[in-house]
Amino acid sequence: MRILSRNRHAVQRLGFTLLTLIAVITVLPIVGTVIFILFKGGSAISLEFLTGFPRAGMREGGILPAIIGTIYLTIGTAIFSVPLGIAAAIYLAEYASDNKLTRLIRIAIINLAGIPSVVYGLFGLGLFVLFLQFGTSILAASLTLSIMTLPVIISTAEEALRSVPQSFRTVSISLGATKWQTIRKIILKEALPGILTGVILGLERAAGETAPILFTGAAFFLPQLPNSPFDATMAVPYHLFVISTQVPEMPIQIQYGTALVLLAFVLTMNIIATVIRSRARAKRQW
Amino acid sequence: MNKIQIQNLSLQYSDGAESLKNVSMDIRQNAVTVLFGPAGGGKSTLLRCLNRLNDLTEVKSSSGQILIDGVNILDSKLDVVALRRRVGMVFARPVPLPLSIRDNVTYGLEMAGEKNRIKLDEAVERSLKLAAIWDEVKDRLDDPAIALSGGQQQRVCLARVLALQPEIILLDEPTSGLDPISTGKVEAALQELKKNYTIILAPHSIQQAARTADYAAFFLQGDLIEYDEGKKIFTSPKEKRTEDYIMGRFG
Repeated sequence: MRILSRNRHAVQRLGFTLLTLIAVITVLPIVGTVIFILFKGGSAISLEFLTGFPRAGMREGGILPAIIGTIYLTIGTAIFSVPLGIAAAIYLAEYASDNKLTRLIRIAIINLAGIPSVVYGLFGLGLFVLFLQFGTSILAASLTLSIMTLPVIISTAEEALRSVPQSFRTVSISLGATKWQTIRKIILKEALPGILTGVILGLERAAGETAPILFTGAAFFLPQLPNSPFDATMAVPYHLFVISTQVPEMPIQIQYGTALVLLAFVLTMNIIATVIRSRARAKRQW
Repeated sequence: MNKIQIQNLSLQYSDGAESLKNVSMDIRQNAVTVLFGPAGGGKSTLLRCLNRLNDLTEVKSSSGQILIDGVNILDSKLDVVALRRRVGMVFARPVPLPLSIRDNVTYGLEMAGEKNRIKLDEAVERSLKLAAIWDEVKDRLDDPAIALSGGQQQRVCLARVLALQPEIILLDEPTSGLDPISTGKVEAALQELKKNYTIILAPHSIQQAARTADYAAFFLQGDLIEYDEGKKIFTSPKEKRTEDYIMGRFG
């Protein structure tokens, strides 16, 4: 009896050790990538690199137009996808009854999230650039990125709305509030941190994508910053692709420096999302 | 005087849970009417019909009428938002909205469009006093309501309903989660309130039913078995099943 129980403890310890090991292994590539890029690209980061224009066929100077372009594209994506996504989530979580139509919408959203990003790029080219004649522009690229981002925003926002306790709705209605007042005053307020987290994660993905903007808004090189939504723009992920594959004799630290900027951009958004979420969780009253 | 007339009310939920079977009763103004009986008897269902909260639930079938001051409130054309301002409800578990104590009390009024700060402040003080909680919270009205104890929360929930100055107050086991002292305070508040309001209470115990009832209705599996003055029903019930339940032989 005693031997058996000691054996069982040994098996349990072995199991835990293995699981810990596997967990550590999954973290390694992420940590490794960050360290590797920091190490290789850190030396390229300077004020000139962040605020200057590319020079000498992009082999020298900075990447300011790409950084500004990515910020424009992210803002453009937010303008379209955030209101639309939240509105759709409110409809699905608060108003839609469970019928064939809403189930179809849900399936469509899930599948939309699985479409390869290059397909979005081609779709954007067909619809926004050519058919609607927006040209290769920030507008067309933002719209394309918005479509790609929508499923993420809708599903996280819907989840956040649904996690607000039903009793708040019942109480609010019983106090003579209308459904819309209840949503606006109570439900949205409580779901906001969750919604914001989804928005940031969605936008972060949009900021890092290359394929959707490849045919719809990204420029190889521009001597000045875009000054209208109908201009094409440089963008950090596409710039990274260009200088890594299209420009011969490209200094390696500029490539990794650009990668580092992109990584920092995305990680910062990620950290903001995490902070919002943990703060809201600490403050939450239910 | 009769405030509410319930006529041949039947209701069945889609999931087959609790139901009401052809219930008819008149409910008196300025009195405490108690609905009692074992769980699943239809007490909550009846309460939720009176402010049309059942509209939020999947109902399979319903028929009959409920007249409040002679108007059928089950009419599909009725303004339910206005109805719910006249018929307030306190739930079994206190659910403070995620707002301050003050904002919980003014919530209903603000949703009804009241913006006058002075009127709102008056309403806060008046309703918290009526609910016998003013002295305990007057110095921390801007604290979150969730920070209060369960008994205090429930009285704030009562105050929140009173702020709307409803005509009828429905209470669904309002003291089920409270300690005896808090329960006593809520019951005392009800005795004060019935002077101006029509109160319908589903009590959480038979003792509470006997303590508070001016009139009492015994519900069993959706049927209204007996309805009489509280004094009569708890001392000499006419129906054998009522007597068995009161004596604790089942339920």
